[in-house]
Amino acid sequence: MSAPVLDVRSLSVEFESTLGTVHAVRDLSFSIGEGETLALVGESGSGKSTAAMALLRLIPNPPGRISSGAVLLSGRDLMALSEADLRGVRGREMAMIFQDPMMALNPVYTIERQIGEVLRLHLGLSKSEILAEVVELLRLVGVPAPEERARQYPHNLSGGMRQRVMIAMALACRPRLLIADEPTTALDVTVQAQVLDLIHGLKEKLGMAVLLITHDLGIVAETANRVVVMYAGRKVEEGTVGEIFADPRHPYTRGLLGAAKWEEADGDLLREIPGTVPSPFEMPSGCSFAPRCAEAIPLCRGAMPELKDVAPGRQVRCFLAEGRGHG
Amino acid sequence: MKKATFQFVLRRLLQVVPVVLAIAAFNFLLLRLAPGDAADILAGQMGHATVEFTEQLRREFGLDRPLYQQFLIYMGKLLTLDLGMSHLQQTPVIDLIVDRLPATLILMVSAILLAVIVGICIGIAAARRQGRLADNLISVAALLVYATPAFWLGLMLIVLFSIKLDILPSGGMMQIGAGHEGLAHVLDVTWHLILPATTLGLFYVAIYTRLMRASMLEVYGLDFIVTARAKGLSEGVIAWTHAMRNALLPVVTLAGVQIGHLLGGSVLVETVFGWPGLGRLVFDALLQRDLNLLLGILFISSVVVVIANLVVDLVYGLLDPRIVHR
Repeated sequence: MSAPVLDVRSLSVEFESTLGTVHAVRDLSFSIGEGETLALVGESGSGKSTAAMALLRLIPNPPGRISSGAVLLSGRDLMALSEADLRGVRGREMAMIFQDPMMALNPVYTIERQIGEVLRLHLGLSKSEILAEVVELLRLVGVPAPEERARQYPHNLSGGMRQRVMIAMALACRPRLLIADEPTTALDVTVQAQVLDLIHGLKEKLGMAVLLITHDLGIVAETANRVVVMYAGRKVEEGTVGEIFADPRHPYTRGLLGAAKWEEADGDLLREIPGTVPSPFEMPSGCSFAPRCAEAIPLCRGAMPELKDVAPGRQVRCFLAEGRGHG
Repeated sequence: MKKATFQFVLRRLLQVVPVVLAIAAFNFLLLRLAPGDAADILAGQMGHATVEFTEQLRREFGLDRPLYQQFLIYMGKLLTLDLGMSHLQQTPVIDLIVDRLPATLILMVSAILLAVIVGICIGIAAARRQGRLADNLISVAALLVYATPAFWLGLMLIVLFSIKLDILPSGGMMQIGAGHEGLAHVLDVTWHLILPATTLGLFYVAIYTRLMRASMLEVYGLDFIVTARAKGLSEGVIAWTHAMRNALLPVVTLAGVQIGHLLGGSVLVETVFGWPGLGRLVFDALLQRDLNLLLGILFISSVVVVIANLVVDLVYGLLDPRIVHR
């Protein structure tokens, strides 16, 4: 593999609150190569969205703070950039699309203005060039009648169309990395597949890397190359999609897969992981998943397991996985 | 103007007619509740009035007729836009008003523009520095201004800028006897406008500052602001375009509601600064029970307020494309 497009090293994010400091992301490392899609998977509250926001330093401060770590985009550390230099990276080299396209577009500006803004800011295009490019981008993401749509406002468009507009906006400067934060969660099931296909097709076409944040393992199986599973702010497992689905090593990953596969299971029982993600103020002393883990041993409640390399590109944070072997 | 907007304006203007007539009827009845009439006052001023003379005046003014007849005559004339004669000045009411209205409108519009523009700017500045020293200072200043009575503020401004510093005129609308024309006249009026417009507008600056700050903070919490940041826009651009345009709506709404309020406030400020607007006319008409004049002024005021609200509705449509005038 060539040098990674994105290399995240020991990223930690904290939030100050009246009840104390919340460690939303702890010591998270991963990398994404050119043309690769990495899925960041976990339940709500696992820190996956916070991690994504931290990559572009979009964590509101206060109360949030990136307490440590490096984020290298093609070798350049974004954490060391000035605010002005960082703005040159946002939207140009690294772009982001969000969960709810209904809310992510400004209701009072036309589509042309909102996409055109990026083109003017980063590429310095003129007014006439902008209109032509906006129409071209809308066509690229499959918006019908792009000339007409460009003049319309977000409320004139359906949810799926708005997400396409968000994608067009994100791709306007041909970024090296696209961060897609639950891009289909707020969309109708029928539209979800279309939008995922679109992202996948454009990734191939433009050769960019994609960081896909999702809790939907079906989406992971279809679109991702590699998977990082997060739990309570920490990475608990990493591997290729094939490895994760065929041989999940962490009990939490197995739980997620079990919950996702309930439809195929015998009978109609909904399989779930018992309990909920622990409150960030009451983290268990040992492994944070231990209270919900059916396989937990006394050791799990006493100490937090280290993230261990079990194979090349394959990591697990579990005492039990070490002795488990390949089975 | 789009056809739909034009139809909206037309329909709204037609709706104005019954509203304004209802207000006029209410004013008519309300003013009759006050004791005494113009005949009493006029006769009193002459010093040697007999009961017969007073009755004669009353007949002349039509004040001897039963109330319902007076009412019907008044409303009938109003429908032909005839506001009648001033009892005391023996001049058509409409002439008196037309003479004074422009000065009041200039003062009102200047004050509201000042209040909205300055309020919005300071509100945005405060919201961008939420919780920091500048924000707290702005909040304290706004509360102080909010609690300051306009007449006192006006007098203090005169003491400071006209008497002590001698840089601004203390009253009037133009330099008497200067006979400026064209641009020089405009500048002269503007010069005289500064203190009264500031006095009238400052209270509203405080209100709009607070409102705009709150509105901006609310908009800052919305997702599209994160989108704007992720696009690489600077905080300044985000505040003055993406956030401001969305945050303006509550301010515009309140400004529309307060135009009537402002008209009331201008009466006071005009008195303090000797501004030749409707204010002084209202004051005299009230003291002298010049009912026709008073009713005429109230009628024109209600028309101004209703039209101002229509303008606000149109501005709304310009600010937010989701609002469609039907």
